[in-house]
Amino acid sequence: MAITAAITTSTSKSVRAALTDSKRDVRGYLFAGVLLLCLLTALLVLTVLMWDVVASAIPVFQKRSTGFLTNDLASSPDKAGVSQGIWGSLVIAGFVIVLAFPIGIFAGVYLEEYAKSNRLTRFIELNIRNLAGVPSVVYGILGLVVFVQGLTWFTGGRSVIAAGITLAILVLPIIIITTAESVRAVPAGLREAGFGVGATQWEVTRDHVLPYAAPGILTGTMLAVARALGEAAPLLLIGAITGRLASLPGESIVDQLQGKFTAMPIVIYGWANEVNKPGKITGLTFEDLNAAAIVVLLAMVLLLNGAAILLRNRFEKRRQG
Amino acid sequence: MVTTPATLLVSDFRGNPRRMRKERFMRGLLFAAAALSIVISALIVWTLFTEAWTFLSGLIDEAGIGALIDGGKAPGWYPRNSRFDIPTIVYGTLIVSMVSIVVAAPLGLGAAVYLSEYASPRARRVLKPILEVLAGIPSVVFGFFALRVLGPDLIKPLFDTTQNTSLLVTGVAIGVLVTPLMASISEDALRSVPASLREASTGLGARKSTTVVKVVLPAAVSGIIAALLISVSRAIGETMIAALASGRLGQSPRTTDPRDPGLPMTSAMAQLAVGSDQVVGSTLAFQSLFFVGALLFLMTLALNMVAGRVVRKFRNAY
Repeated sequence: MAITAAITTSTSKSVRAALTDSKRDVRGYLFAGVLLLCLLTALLVLTVLMWDVVASAIPVFQKRSTGFLTNDLASSPDKAGVSQGIWGSLVIAGFVIVLAFPIGIFAGVYLEEYAKSNRLTRFIELNIRNLAGVPSVVYGILGLVVFVQGLTWFTGGRSVIAAGITLAILVLPIIIITTAESVRAVPAGLREAGFGVGATQWEVTRDHVLPYAAPGILTGTMLAVARALGEAAPLLLIGAITGRLASLPGESIVDQLQGKFTAMPIVIYGWANEVNKPGKITGLTFEDLNAAAIVVLLAMVLLLNGAAILLRNRFEKRRQG
Repeated sequence: MVTTPATLLVSDFRGNPRRMRKERFMRGLLFAAAALSIVISALIVWTLFTEAWTFLSGLIDEAGIGALIDGGKAPGWYPRNSRFDIPTIVYGTLIVSMVSIVVAAPLGLGAAVYLSEYASPRARRVLKPILEVLAGIPSVVFGFFALRVLGPDLIKPLFDTTQNTSLLVTGVAIGVLVTPLMASISEDALRSVPASLREASTGLGARKSTTVVKVVLPAAVSGIIAALLISVSRAIGETMIAALASGRLGQSPRTTDPRDPGLPMTSAMAQLAVGSDQVVGSTLAFQSLFFVGALLFLMTLALNMVAGRVVRKFRNAY
C-alpha cells in the first residue's frame, strides 16, 4: 500500500512538474528572435541607405542651395542641377494620371462588376496577371519600337511623350489589380439596394460601388504613380538623356514634350557613371550630387507611398470599427 | 361600370431609353478598357518576336547562327564584333538571381512568419511599413547604394573581391530589393492558413515554434513556393542594379564565380540601349537587344506561369 502511494505521489509530482515547470522555452524564443532579426535586417539596410544618402546630400543643399534644384544638367558638378529631371518626372506622372488612371479603373470595374465568368474574362484576368510580371525593361522595348520608332509623328521620337505613355502602360496592371480588389470588397448589400430601387448597373457602380471602393483605389493609384516615378529601365531604352541636355530658350510646350528629355532616375543613373572629380568651386563630386538627387527622388516617391500606407491603414480601421 | 385600367405593355418595363443607352455605352467603354490589356500583350509579344526574328535572320546572313554560342577560345559578349555568346549573359543572370534568392528567401520568409505568427497587431502596424517603405525605394537608388556602400564596405572585405562591382554585389542588392515582395506574398499565404489548424496543434501541446514549423509552414507551402518563383522572376528582370553594379563585363566569358564582374542579360540590354544613340535599330548589335529581351520575357513568363499553376494545383482546400 505504501509503495503504491509513494508511486502515485511521485508520479503526480513529476506530472505536475512537467505541466507547471516554469522552464523557459529557450528554443522558441531563439526562433522568434531569428525571425525578428530578418525584419530588423531590412530595417538596418533601410537606415544605412537613408543615413548615407541624407548625410552626403546635406552639404550639396548647403553649398548649392536652390541652384541644385533649378539648374540644368551640366558637365561640371559645380553647375549641374536636376530641374530637367524633375520636369521630366512630373510630366511622366501626368501621363500616368491622365492615361493609366481612367483606363485602369475602368478595366478593374469591368472585371469585377460587369464581366460574366466565361473564358474571355478568365483570359483577360490571366493576361493582366502576366502583364504585371513582365520586367520593366521589356516595356522599354515596347516603348522603343511602338512609340519611338512607330508613332514618331506623334511622340517626336525619343521624347517624354513616348516615356509617359510607356510608363502608363507599365503601371496599368497595378491599377487594374488594386481596383478589382477594392471593388470586390464592397458589400453585396450595397449593390442589391441600388438594383432594388431600379438603378442601372452603371448607376449602381458610379453612385455606390466606386465611392465605397474609392480609398482602396486611391491607394493603388498612388503606389502606381510612385512606381512610375522611380522606374528607370524603360526610359534608358526609350533614350532619356544621361549626359548633358541643353534647354533651348523659347521652346514651345509641344517642342519640349517632343524633344529630348530626362527624368530623375535617369539623372541618378547618369551621375552614378560620372567620373568622381570634385568641382573646382564647391568641391562637390557627382557622387555627392547624386545623393542629393536621390533625396529629391525619394521625397517624391516616399511621400506618395507614405500617403498610400496611411490611407490604407485608416481605411482598414474604419471598416473594422 | 368599372373603368378598365390602361393596358400595361412590355415597353413600359423597359425603362428610360436614355438611361439604357448610357448603360450600354458605359458597358462598352469599360469592356474596351479591359480588352486593351490584351492589345498591350499582343503588342509586346509581336514587337519582341518580330524584332528578335529580324536579328536572327540578320545574324544567319552575317555571322552564322554559331555566333550565339560562340565557341572561340574566349567566348564572350562582343555585340560590336557580332559575337553574341548567349551563355555568358545567361550565366550572369543565373548567378545574380541565385545570390539574390539566397538573400531574399530567408529574410523575406522570416519577416513574413514573424509578422503573421508572432507580431501583435500593434507591432505589426509599426513593423510592416518598414517592408513597405523598402519596397517603395526605386531600384536605381539601390544600384547607387550597391556601388557606394554594399560593394566597397561589405562585399569587398567579406569576400575578398578584386573590385567594387561584381555579380555578388548585384545579387545581394537585388536580394534586398525583392525581400519585401517575398515577404508580402509569403505573409498572404501564411495568413490564409486557418486558425483552427494552429489551435489544434496548440491543443495537442505543441510549442509555438513547433506549430509554426510543422503545421503552418507546410500548410502554406504552395504560396511560399509561388513567392520564391515570383521573386526569382523579379530578380531576373531587374535592370538598374545590374546595370550599375555588375561590372558590365561581357569580356569575362562564362564566368561562374559570383565574385567576378559579369554581365547579366538586363545589364547587356541597358548597355546596348545607352551606347546606341546614333544607330537606332540599324545594326545587328543593336538588334540583339530585342533577342535578349525576348529571351528575358520568356524566362520570366515561364516562372510566373509556373507560380500561378503551383498556387492553383497545390492549394489545400480548407
